[in-house]
Amino acid sequence: MTDDTFALLPDYRKQSPEVAARFQKIKEREVILRIENLTREFSTEQGTVTALRDIDFQAHRREFVCVIGPSGCGKSTFIRLLAGLDYPTAGRVLLDGIEVDGPGPDRGMVFQGYTLFPWLTVKRNVMFGLRMQGMGATQAEREALQWVELIGLDKYAESYPAQLSGGMKQRVAIARALAANPRILLMDEPFGALDAQTRGQMQSHLLQIWKHVDVTILFITHDLDEAIYLADRILVLKANPGEVNEIIEVPVPRPRSPEQFVSPEFLATRRRLEELIHPTAGRREERLPIFKLTQAGDEVE
Amino acid sequence: MPKSRWLTVGKELPANRRLLLAVLSFLIPVAIWGAVSYVPFLWHPQVRIEDPGDVLYFDAGDRVELALFREENQRMLDAGMSPAQGVRANPVFLPAPHEVAVAFYTAFKTPPRRTGDAWLHESLWHSITIIFWGFTLSTLIGVPLGVMCGAFSLFSRLIEPFVEFFRYLPAPAFGALAVAILGINDAPKIAIIFIGTFFQQVLIVANTTRRVEPALLEAAQTLGASRAQLFTRVVVPAAITDIYNDLRILLGWAWTYLIVAELIGRSSGITFFISQQARYRNFDNVFAAIIMIGIIGLGTDMVLSWMGKRLFPWKTGKGGRLAGFLGRLFGPREQTVFTR
Ligand SMILES: Nc1ncnc2c1ncn2[C@@H]1O[C@H](COP(=O)(O)OP(=O)(O)OP(=O)(O)O)[C@@H](O)[C@H]1O
Ligand SMILES: [Mg+2]
Repeated sequence: MTDDTFALLPDYRKQSPEVAARFQKIKEREVILRIENLTREFSTEQGTVTALRDIDFQAHRREFVCVIGPSGCGKSTFIRLLAGLDYPTAGRVLLDGIEVDGPGPDRGMVFQGYTLFPWLTVKRNVMFGLRMQGMGATQAEREALQWVELIGLDKYAESYPAQLSGGMKQRVAIARALAANPRILLMDEPFGALDAQTRGQMQSHLLQIWKHVDVTILFITHDLDEAIYLADRILVLKANPGEVNEIIEVPVPRPRSPEQFVSPEFLATRRRLEELIHPTAGRREERLPIFKLTQAGDEVE
Repeated sequence: MPKSRWLTVGKELPANRRLLLAVLSFLIPVAIWGAVSYVPFLWHPQVRIEDPGDVLYFDAGDRVELALFREENQRMLDAGMSPAQGVRANPVFLPAPHEVAVAFYTAFKTPPRRTGDAWLHESLWHSITIIFWGFTLSTLIGVPLGVMCGAFSLFSRLIEPFVEFFRYLPAPAFGALAVAILGINDAPKIAIIFIGTFFQQVLIVANTTRRVEPALLEAAQTLGASRAQLFTRVVVPAAITDIYNDLRILLGWAWTYLIVAELIGRSSGITFFISQQARYRNFDNVFAAIIMIGIIGLGTDMVLSWMGKRLFPWKTGKGGRLAGFLGRLFGPREQTVFTR
């Protein structure tokens, strides 16, 4: 991509009437997640590390929000605070107006690593949340099987996680989280460990599921394309300390498809994200202090 | 399929080679034993007298040192008397493999010298019951306690410091005390096995439980698991396979304590049999009995390993970190070093 093509791109803030109408509709929905002055400091031997500082954000019901930012900017810390797996130093998180205090089934979570219970079959993994909330075995099984079918793994319902591929495991993890009927689904780089092709399939899969389920999704990624492809809005964080850099309304219309990766709106958004996350474009030319270790006439470039 | 080498760091060998090596690992010691027993010039420091000749203090069947044998015969020859005849032999405490093999059968058939003493099979069975009760009682208390310590810091901090201290006290040191309190029969022996197993067990099980993946606990919490459910539905099943393998190791240790335990109070079981046979200088029986303990131990472990695979189907043949001897011998090797 040359700079000329970038120069011809529209402003990423410009929205087509349909997209604008869609955002209007989203904003009319009630606020499901309210984040106020969220701050998290870690005290380490080297002193206090401020992982997150004064994050303010709101998500509306059934919105798909992606969180993006450089490595170590506090994305995982952020999502763990929302899940209640960690507690903020200051500020608070409200879900449906109720302050988050500890983990609960109203906030489902899909982790980057594989966290299926290895001693339970796929079906029983998906049943887990329902059973924990006191649902009877027969009904839980019936619901779980519907989920297993929805993620296309009916053939593997009685398999153990060790027998599944990485992509299949994450599909089960998503089904397991959604079967527990959460208000919001928190996902921390869920596809990070998958190869590009599987990842693409999983993204389309997730969008389809989201369309059919009444759930709000907060999705962490460091993949710019993934964020634009999935999100209604992108929360861009900056590092040291983790603060809100910008909140971008993605101008790419829905329904999304992989062809849109080269649409002008997509590219415009992508360029903006790149500016935000890798601010110094000139740094690419920075020379590393490496001695020449090859023989003359053996150059690769 | 790349050509498989015998020596590759961190790579498992194919099944046929594993089996071959496992067989060799038994054959090599037996072969060394056989060589020392049957090849005269390797050791054989003594002579077994077949005909004492004119040496007054030699008797047929005696074993005498080679040097003495030569010296006496030289004297006989010098004096014109008939020398002793004999064959090179090993000391009586090293019977040959075939003698032990025969003893394997005859030991069961030989009645005890003193009426009222136990036959071999009775001795073995008695030992097994002592181990069983000592280990079972310890496990019934030790495993739940260990899991509680591993799961809850409260129990860990309250119980483990003392257990840590107590485990350094050698179990046999409690022998006299156990006899004073529990009498001279089986109870003090069971108590020694218990003391020897219990304290290690609590600590090992607690550590295994602590190694449960924290992400699994977090995942369960976001699915609405309460504290009690977290314990029963996640901690316990997540740790159970490794605990099972810990128990297999601990059972092996219990056999070590058995030998001490059986000397306490009224000596009994396989230890009694072995010491009696040693006193009668039936070292073939001694060896047979020692090897029988090994076979029982190895056999038990094989059965437990086989059961483990059936009890925990999700493990698909892979043992826990402390997989037993056999698991490492015949099963696919765990690559602890390379995967963690
Ligand atoms: N338990 C902790 N103790 C001390 N510092 C921590 C702890 N957890 C996170 N941090 C620090 O907080 C910052 C943010 O970490 P976090 O894992 O949230 O980043 P991230 O955005 O998820 O990174 P990545 O993209 O690499 O996953 C880092 O500087 C990290 O060192
Ligand atoms: Mg992270």
